[in-house]
Amino acid sequence: MKFGVVVFPGSNCDRDMQEALQNDLKQEVVMLWHKDKDLSRFTTNDCIILPGGFSYGDYLRCGAIARFSPMMQSVIDFANSGGKVLGVCNGFQILCESHLLPGVLLRNANQQFICKNVYLKGVGGADKALKIPIAHGEGRYFADEATLNELEANNQVIYRYCDEKGQITAAANPNGAIRNIAGICNKNRNVFGMMPHPERACTSALGNIDGRIILKTLIMQPQPAFV
Amino acid sequence: MEITAKTAAQLRITEEEFELIKERLGRTPNFTELCAFSGMWSEHCSYKNSIKWLKTLPRDGSKMLVKAGEENAGLMDIGDGYGVVFKIESHNHPSAIEPFQGAATGVGGIHRDIFTMGARPIASLNSLRFGKLEEAKTQHLLAGVVHGISHYGNCFGVPTVGGEVYFEQKYHTNPLVNAMSVGIVKNGETVSATAKGIGNPVFFVGSATGKDGIGGASFASADITAESAEELPAVQVGDPFQEKKLLEACLEVLQTGAVVGMQDMGAAGIICSTSEMSAKGEVGMRIDLEKVPTRQKNMKAWELLLSESQERMLMVVEKGKEKEVLDVFEKWDLPCSEIGEVTGDGILRFYMHGVLEAELPAYDLVLGGGAPQYSRNYIQPDYFSKIEAFNANSIEVPDDLRAVAEKLVTIPNIASKKAVYVQYDSMVGTGNASTNQPSDAAIVIAKPTNKGLALTTDCNSRYVFANPYKGAMIAVAEAARNIVCSGGAPLGITNCLNFGNPYDPQVYYQFVEAIKGMGEACRRFDTPVTGGNVSFYNQNPDGPVYPTPTIGMVGVLEHVNDKMTLDFKHAGDTIYLIGKSSGDINSSEYLHKIQGVEFSPAPQFDLETEFMLQEKVAALIKARVIESAHDVSEGGLFTALLESGFNRNLGVDVVATDYNIRKDGYWFGEAQSRVVVSVRSNKEEAFKRAMGIHPFEELGVVTTGSVEIDGMEWGHIEAWKALYDNAIQNIISGQESGHALSAL
Repeated sequence: MKFGVVVFPGSNCDRDMQEALQNDLKQEVVMLWHKDKDLSRFTTNDCIILPGGFSYGDYLRCGAIARFSPMMQSVIDFANSGGKVLGVCNGFQILCESHLLPGVLLRNANQQFICKNVYLKGVGGADKALKIPIAHGEGRYFADEATLNELEANNQVIYRYCDEKGQITAAANPNGAIRNIAGICNKNRNVFGMMPHPERACTSALGNIDGRIILKTLIMQPQPAFV
Repeated sequence: MEITAKTAAQLRITEEEFELIKERLGRTPNFTELCAFSGMWSEHCSYKNSIKWLKTLPRDGSKMLVKAGEENAGLMDIGDGYGVVFKIESHNHPSAIEPFQGAATGVGGIHRDIFTMGARPIASLNSLRFGKLEEAKTQHLLAGVVHGISHYGNCFGVPTVGGEVYFEQKYHTNPLVNAMSVGIVKNGETVSATAKGIGNPVFFVGSATGKDGIGGASFASADITAESAEELPAVQVGDPFQEKKLLEACLEVLQTGAVVGMQDMGAAGIICSTSEMSAKGEVGMRIDLEKVPTRQKNMKAWELLLSESQERMLMVVEKGKEKEVLDVFEKWDLPCSEIGEVTGDGILRFYMHGVLEAELPAYDLVLGGGAPQYSRNYIQPDYFSKIEAFNANSIEVPDDLRAVAEKLVTIPNIASKKAVYVQYDSMVGTGNASTNQPSDAAIVIAKPTNKGLALTTDCNSRYVFANPYKGAMIAVAEAARNIVCSGGAPLGITNCLNFGNPYDPQVYYQFVEAIKGMGEACRRFDTPVTGGNVSFYNQNPDGPVYPTPTIGMVGVLEHVNDKMTLDFKHAGDTIYLIGKSSGDINSSEYLHKIQGVEFSPAPQFDLETEFMLQEKVAALIKARVIESAHDVSEGGLFTALLESGFNRNLGVDVVATDYNIRKDGYWFGEAQSRVVVSVRSNKEEAFKRAMGIHPFEELGVVTTGSVEIDGMEWGHIEAWKALYDNAIQNIISGQESGHALSAL
């Protein structure tokens, strides 16, 4: 399988994702320019990644403009035909704006940008809480009760903020996300969105490689392993 | 309009300078031309009151790839065919009146200085000074500045990896906002800010020009007064998304080989970039100002010349290769207009719809050319007598040292700056190796090599206030010590010299002495001054700020994995102090904040002792006999021990062995040239052998969490961490932070 990483003009985690996949996980990566539309070399066994950053500046709602970019039209088609798509941080916001995933990402509860390590419970983290960095100003996941209940019923919540010991507590919730939600997938389990940055925890020189577990279990397997 | 000395005065040009301008031109300048001189001969652009002294700093070295001051930033060789480009710059005046945009554009400006040389910025740092944190005004400024840095830096996509924040009354009206950027470039791929080749087209790229920031350079060259807020239009507005595109487009366009020279537009906008590029290339330019894309209608020639609209570049392109350049900017959706051409006679001619608006010799405008250079008088400040009068024996050693310690760790200058740095994206770029393994300096991978860069900004300005010569040496020494304790070898510095009004001889004394001290220390550590920035006029009717010569230092690690970290690793390891313990309380946070003494000498410091210490620490790291290294700085030895324990929740059991040393000085004093290290039991012998005759003493052992000082139980490390971590947030939210530790 191979990976396509979409480059919006304001993407700034595109290279980080490319390096994590190529250098740390030894995967084939193709960079995709936002003005292009062609995804013909990708099959539904492959995976398209929307990286973090500020796509088109995000002076409007985050991801609101990116949703209309030429490449996103192809990504939406790709997702609808069953191809795997992962959105990280700004990518998650874009997936919600594109209605590929339900819900929205609101300003953090403390109204400030937050960058730090957090712990996650979810896919690939059955044995231990995964230490992964976050870096966002608008990462407070929110959806109405009906949607949330449906997400839970279908096992679509893929990551929740927890403490070091794996306990899902209010104190471990960095941004006020409802039900501590850090990441979700769609009903068909081929579109994934998460605020934390697994690509920032893949290189051993940085002293944390928990991100490899996420990328491996979530998108590098034919069928993602769910907890 | 008749141009007189009065017009000149309104543009902050002195009578003497006005005469000089007339002499240089051989005629009276018109208003547009006078505006050009106002910007270019402002303190900010011309360094007229500082350059004579700056030239005394060591500005040469075998690893310097460009001469100091020759390009927009310093460039030094790190090996493996790569160079590091770095610079620090102030944005104090704009931040004083509009903290958010002031700080944001400060970050934007310094990054442009880096990528205009063809380097990709990989890390930024900042050095901030505010008034007392308890004050509402300070909290407003702090929130605005931090938000501004975070807004711009996070979107631009360069991690903020380090810095410093201090709170002192002297910065109440004049906060300091110094931003540093560090970039990496392949040797031979740099581009010079030089215009060359008669007939080559001149391109203007990036954001359209508006009326924002007009007169910014000259605004930054005056004291802050009650009327300063009326100069709000002199503050620029930043657009980090535009800058991100500009970065990518500029680095991409350099790959075409079509670019002859490039310079960003910062202070004094178009007039500065055209004159500096032309003067350096000994050429002139013809510029058609109506071709400059504008965001406001009917902008006058002088407004276009002086506007400091952000995210703009001036580029000289090889004739015939225009299309290649236009294509790149088209790809990034950035305006790119040909606005003129390079001419051969050294004269800048600015036209507006065919009418000649200004005709100026480029050489006469610039630093190193016709811009004036002054020698200012200086005399020893009056307050020195108060410093000399201080006698440490007048301060009684407190009975309850634990109560003092609990207060000490909540002083904002000592407490964790987490409330600030958590707002900066410190990890984008996946090169920050200090996130999970902290060191005294930030360690960043110099991709694509495996080398590490050790980065730090340092200046304890109260030491400089107490003794400008020694204080500046300490600033350099501490920067080098932080780098050495992190496993790096100091390479070079950039400086940001923040002082009061240079026309005040007592302020100028501080400046001169600080330069002398800095020069001496830089020569000893072999860290040349690659460039930087002078910010005078950090002054208001109540007086100047503390003299603050901030040092931004870069060091190199042969391999990023060679780094040394500051945290204790295992309970049971032995803790040693390298250097001599001391009872010196001079200028410490303890003396200043807890004992309330404003005037005392700078702490103990000897350059040679410091140099030997650093050599020794470097040798210990190389020999792999120590587990951690952390230097003793603000808050003294006790604070250094706590900070070493926080990361892994390990405590200490330590005893001051020398009973002749006053205990408050021993634990809280800030005598220099001391480093706390920890050693595993199986390395003890090797450690002692490596120490040789260098002074050191055994302090005690690392514990599983209890903090025991001189045999007394001082609580658990987690409780100390809570005090240290939450102090700043507690003050901001108005909560008492000094609750009894024993209750935790």
